[in-house]
Amino acid sequence: MARRMFSAAGDHIESRQPVTVSRYRGFTRVNHWVTAASLIALLLSGLALFHPSLYFLTGLFGGGQATRWLHPFVGVLLFFSFLLLFLQMWRLNLPRPEDRTWVSQIGDVVRGDEEKLPELGKYNAGQKFVFWAMTVLILVLIVTGVMIWEQFFGNLVSIQVRRWAVLIHSVSAVAIILTFILHVYAAFWTRGTLRAMTRGSVTGGWAWRHHRKWLREVAGRREGGPAE
Amino acid sequence: MTTDPNLDSPRTAVSNPPVQPTRANLGPGDLIRSSATPDLPPPTRQLTPVAKLIDVSKCIGCKACQSACAEWNDTYPEVEENVGIYENPHDLTPDMFTLMRFSEYENPQTGDFEWLIRKDGCMHCADPGCLKACPAPGAIVQYSNGIVDFIHENCIGCGYCVTGCPFDIPRISKTDHLAYKCTLCSDRVAVGQGPACAKACPTQAIVFGTKEDMLAHAETRVEDLKSRGYDNAGIYDPQGVGGAHVFYVLHHADQPALYSGLPEEPRISSVVEGWKGPTKALGLAAIGVAAVGSVLHGLMTRANKVSAEDETQAEQLVEGREPPLRPETEV
Ligand code: HEM
Ligand code: SF4
Ligand code: SF4
Repeated sequence: MARRMFSAAGDHIESRQPVTVSRYRGFTRVNHWVTAASLIALLLSGLALFHPSLYFLTGLFGGGQATRWLHPFVGVLLFFSFLLLFLQMWRLNLPRPEDRTWVSQIGDVVRGDEEKLPELGKYNAGQKFVFWAMTVLILVLIVTGVMIWEQFFGNLVSIQVRRWAVLIHSVSAVAIILTFILHVYAAFWTRGTLRAMTRGSVTGGWAWRHHRKWLREVAGRREGGPAE
Repeated sequence: MTTDPNLDSPRTAVSNPPVQPTRANLGPGDLIRSSATPDLPPPTRQLTPVAKLIDVSKCIGCKACQSACAEWNDTYPEVEENVGIYENPHDLTPDMFTLMRFSEYENPQTGDFEWLIRKDGCMHCADPGCLKACPAPGAIVQYSNGIVDFIHENCIGCGYCVTGCPFDIPRISKTDHLAYKCTLCSDRVAVGQGPACAKACPTQAIVFGTKEDMLAHAETRVEDLKSRGYDNAGIYDPQGVGGAHVFYVLHHADQPALYSGLPEEPRISSVVEGWKGPTKALGLAAIGVAAVGSVLHGLMTRANKVSAEDETQAEQLVEGREPPLRPETEV
């Protein structure tokens, strides 16, 4: 088969009647859920320290001291877990010309009028946005997080730098939580998406409707390469 | 002078303890601020504000105060190496709440060599940055007499107080992960005693009493210094942090930085204000709106569903009966 442009190496037609398409192998799914679990643990433990009204969340982790030491360790786990996801997904998340059209027709996206939109590869511009936002924010969070990690890096940076680091850390935390909400919402709203990360496959109709270029390539109908 | 047990705050540090048992008089009703506690009930009474005055011009650098501090607080600062200066330990530590800092200054006006010795430690700011930054409810409190105190059972060891303090005072212990600093001997003051350092000071460079008395005393000291040729003598009671309950008389009040980097115009950093202020309010609001909004939107609007038609098309595609490409994609 020719070099894949719109799909990852493992993506294949899993069954023909009805059509199901394999989207994520087991490793990627476990990787995704470890990342998700650590993000949720970070969000809860971080928010506990973010605002007095949420301090009660420290109860989930066994108290304030435990929350304080646990949070950064989970942060390191998130960083490496996401790094693995990143290595698997970055190529198909690079921007493409059709992303621009997709964004300019965001109204059609929200109305679900997908027949008016260009055909897409494995990811649409919204998914790519979430991917790159997570990438940048996790980088910022790990760097600033280490700078304010009193237990091991208390003397790493000056107090003035530390003030900026904690400010940037909390602003980025808010941003990543908003991104996370968008991500979860989109996965629910676009029915049939969740099974890609649970069972690993999607229905043919889902692929046809949302990621047609990806489906065409996976179905092996476009061996001569894409139209572009 | 003796200590009157009926007074709400001690008036001096030099008197000896009363022989009759004394009730501790710093209680929950005396709190005017408590970290991460926006709905703190108002104090039940107003104690007379106290202060410790450090007259740098009278200090002989004997470190009696430092010893008294370790003695009273039962801390055991590590014995460090001598690196050729008198400072020992080399910095404030979780076990050393006060530190004599020595700087050598050649006065360009007089050509004199001056040894400027400053007792460093918590200033007990009226507007404490440490307390503002602290995320743990009740880990840092401020009493109506002005003392800012760390309450260890509530501390989580995050180090935010280090970030908030304009004077680089709090230190976090590597063993118990709690924050430590000068308490202004709140446990002594509560029973009518002045701080251990002030009591130990042989020259009375450190004196303790009501803030009012201490300011009046400081004025007389400044006057005396001016009469001796220190034209720039003055009081260092930083208004940027609302004034402090530990303050200095300096011979060169125009150049506080000479005294081992005492900040010129200390105030809570605007970065800290921005972090604890708008960031929290806007951030929480944005997260709340996004979370509630997406749930409501999810309930009230039509989801994006795959149709039977989509499935048929996919089947045809996979079977090789490929439907036509949409024109837009033929770029
Ligand atoms: C990626 C690695 C990360 C590291 C190393 C890290 C580290 C830290 C540290 C050291 C603190 C100070 C409190 C403590 O010591 O526990 C903190 C606070 C915080 N973190 Fe993280 N963190 C990371 C990721 C995240 C993520 C992904 C989020 C959001 C989902 C987050 C949200 C927060 C929040 C909201 C706070 C409280 C900030 C405040 O009080 O204003 N962190 N983090
Ligand atoms: S380390 Fe400082 S800021 Fe953190 S909980 Fe303890 S007193 Fe508060
Ligand atoms: S000097 Fe620092 S530690 Fe002391 S009260 Fe002021 S802000 Fe808090």
